[in-house]
Amino acid sequence: MRLFSKTTKFDFVGKRWIALGFSITLMVVSIAAISIRGLNLGLDFTGGTLVEVGYDKSVELDDIRKRLSGGGFEDAIVQYFGTSKDVLIRIAPHQNLNSTNIGTRVMDALNSGGNEVNLRRVEFVGPQVGDELTEDGGLAVIYALIGILIYVTIRFEKRFSVGAVIALIHDVTITVGMFAVFQLQFDLTVLAAVLAVIGYSLNDTIVVFDRVRENFRKMRKADAPTIMNVSINETLSRTINTSLTTLLVLFALFALGGEIIHGFSTALIIGIVIGTYSSIYVAGTAVLALGISRADLVPVVVKEGAEPEAQSPVRRG
Amino acid sequence: MNQYPLWKNLLILVLVLIGAVYALPNLYGNQPAIQISAVRGAAVDDATLNSARNALEKAGLATTSVGIKNHGVVVRFNETDTQLKAQYVLRDTLGDQYVVAMNLLPAAPEWLASINARPMFLGLDLRGGVHFLMQVDMVAAVRQAEERYVSDLRGTMRNDKVRYQMITRRKGGGLEIKFRDASHRKAGEALIAKNYPALLLHELDDARMLWVELSKKELNDTRKLALEQNVITLRNRVNELGVAEPIIQQQGNDRIVVQLPGVQDPTRAKEILGATATLEFHMVDAAGDAHAALAGKVPPGERVYRERNGNPVLLNKRVIVTGNQIIDASAGLDQQSGSPAVFISLDGKGARKMLETTRENVGKPMGVVYIENKVSSTIVDGKRVRTSHLVQEVINIATIRSEFSKRFQITGLDSGEEARNLALLLRAGALAAPMEIVEERTVGPSLGQENVEQGFVSVAIGFVVVLIFMAVWYRAFGLVANLALAVNLILMIALLSMFQATLTMPGIAGIVLTVGMAVDANVLIFERIREELRNGNSPQASINAGYGKAIMTIADANITTLLAAIVLFAFGTGPIKGFAVTLSIGIVTSMFTAILGTRAVINLIYGRRRISSLSV
Repeated sequence: MRLFSKTTKFDFVGKRWIALGFSITLMVVSIAAISIRGLNLGLDFTGGTLVEVGYDKSVELDDIRKRLSGGGFEDAIVQYFGTSKDVLIRIAPHQNLNSTNIGTRVMDALNSGGNEVNLRRVEFVGPQVGDELTEDGGLAVIYALIGILIYVTIRFEKRFSVGAVIALIHDVTITVGMFAVFQLQFDLTVLAAVLAVIGYSLNDTIVVFDRVRENFRKMRKADAPTIMNVSINETLSRTINTSLTTLLVLFALFALGGEIIHGFSTALIIGIVIGTYSSIYVAGTAVLALGISRADLVPVVVKEGAEPEAQSPVRRG
Repeated sequence: MNQYPLWKNLLILVLVLIGAVYALPNLYGNQPAIQISAVRGAAVDDATLNSARNALEKAGLATTSVGIKNHGVVVRFNETDTQLKAQYVLRDTLGDQYVVAMNLLPAAPEWLASINARPMFLGLDLRGGVHFLMQVDMVAAVRQAEERYVSDLRGTMRNDKVRYQMITRRKGGGLEIKFRDASHRKAGEALIAKNYPALLLHELDDARMLWVELSKKELNDTRKLALEQNVITLRNRVNELGVAEPIIQQQGNDRIVVQLPGVQDPTRAKEILGATATLEFHMVDAAGDAHAALAGKVPPGERVYRERNGNPVLLNKRVIVTGNQIIDASAGLDQQSGSPAVFISLDGKGARKMLETTRENVGKPMGVVYIENKVSSTIVDGKRVRTSHLVQEVINIATIRSEFSKRFQITGLDSGEEARNLALLLRAGALAAPMEIVEERTVGPSLGQENVEQGFVSVAIGFVVVLIFMAVWYRAFGLVANLALAVNLILMIALLSMFQATLTMPGIAGIVLTVGMAVDANVLIFERIREELRNGNSPQASINAGYGKAIMTIADANITTLLAAIVLFAFGTGPIKGFAVTLSIGIVTSMFTAILGTRAVINLIYGRRRISSLSV
């Protein structure tokens, strides 16, 4: 079975201004959401204590809040975690609360009253560790982007690497932005997912670039936009298929993987959808806009020694 | 052209089979078990085995097997509940001489264990347990070091009659010494420079003042030593907890990671980790009758202690030196006799007292008492009761051969092993610097079990979904890709098991993600083959060209994801590292199975025949 019986001939490049508009809108919304509404940062970044408890039957959150207040935790954040029998309690870091036994004290407060409370997990992150994880996370994303810039420049050409990085920044911003818009919890696993999205989206983009380079050599008479169009069309089937299989698997994870990696699967799903879109539109358009031409990719006879061996025709994708 | 030489096919087959064997233990899973080992001199033998067995039978706890293995008794159970209850029963029965540790042991058959094939190492979020990150207060460690220098310097200068008015700690670090006058300062400088090469001396404007600073190397050494000693102390403590496979490691410059799988009660763990223990040196009353003292006739000014082997010993109540005054202890060989010895360094105060005592007591024995505040839990009437009791035992008695003060050695040890243990105990006697818990994660066992189940289900469903998709989309070639996917999964599990990499929830998510992405390589190849066919090439040529052209793209694409995984590994902690590891391993194995594996199979199917069309 195949989606397209012949190579398709969609005019992607022609529609690029619509795509640009769409992308810019999404970017603006994302940046606005992140700066104004802010991210719902998880425990790993803010520090504090998190207690997950399970009950035998459904419980009322207000009831739990009252008990916690009685135990000295007036501003605990209480919410359901998956079902109405599982409750997540978050306590912000406080200067004078002795952090080491908050878990026990929360359990004591909840246990008063004879309900069967089952402690599932406790997480405590001191404030410095929280700060460090935030810093490390930010650095990780930056280093990844730099590493990629260098790698793509080596493998292709600097315009491509700029195009790739623009596409990646686009993907990361919109994914994180969606988290800000819908106030989904942003914790360490979501950050890991964002890094995975970077790797994955780049995957797509490189496949397209590879084809572009090949076509620049093959199609001697065509101009840059046409070559870009043809390349994207030729790789379309593969791009859609791969994204489809990965998304199928992610939906399984989203539905069945449990609450703890819910944020992770959500981030990956958003990231891959946006990443696929960006590989089709953003990366290619950026490269075109930067003025790519055959001369940049195919060695001209005069400049024999200048182009490295890596560009020889044997290596194609 | 579409034929692999025999050796290549065989190689692939062999690799896959090895992978299958090493992935096998995971099918058997883990069993809750208890390991009983002996502490310091006691032995594990049939008597221990029988008392353990009887105790469990009496308590009505069912075991699947009880046996002796590797100098310990191993008892296996069917359920964690039974294991938990058995733990208390066994602790009560066997007492302090034995360590009773809970553990998850692989249920795989013997022959797998003999080739080192073990199931994957489950992280805390899958096993349940406690994770602490402790920060060593380095400022306090340095301050303590400076304090020691203060008393040392005082002693040294007094001995040489260098007159100083006061020694104080300086705000920015270091010490300030105010001498009586400039000439004393000069004398003091020379003296300190001679005796303490590790200190930096700066003359201040006031001719009587000297600024003494620890050199950078000395500071680093102090910090490093503080961290190392704390790690040793913690390790000893954790052994007392009876946790099998604990992880206690340095993290960065000033932090220690403690992971205790299977521990359900973080409070008890924290109590024990923070327990204080100390050492005291006392003179031994060799002439007195220790046995009579046991019966009640204790000479005045003395006390009865017990040695490790149970023998009673009479010690003078007066404390000569405490553990806080021991700066360092190391094991080695006595230069004259070549027998094992422990070399001890004391600080200034300790050195002075030691000098006084040894001067007056040459030829007499001195004892080292190890004091610890142990906290233990027992079940009384169905409720857990925590009791703490002071453990004091004489760990070593040595004869004073000549007077000494700062550095001395203890000989009369049985073996190098004993010397090392004693040095460890002496070093671990007190925490070198206070520690604070900066991160704590506890996962209850029920949640751990749930996570494993959920993870397993997601992998299974994800896998099946992709299988169906590939079969429908790419027909026969799709089935080959499915085979490659299955092998890929087996190889991933095998590698994870062989490296004993920690599997976490995000790690399982990484496996699921790899399942989705692994098909990508095959999709690239098959789409190329389709394209070649569309362009009118023959089937055999299309296969060849498809594989050939796709490889560089596959390599490029996978390397970028690998880059992201490496960055994640470098910057991530714990669970994130688990994700990075499974992602990286998955990429490598998927490249292997997608490129070499499927090619081998396709070659076998289509290789030598004349074909008119490809089912792709």
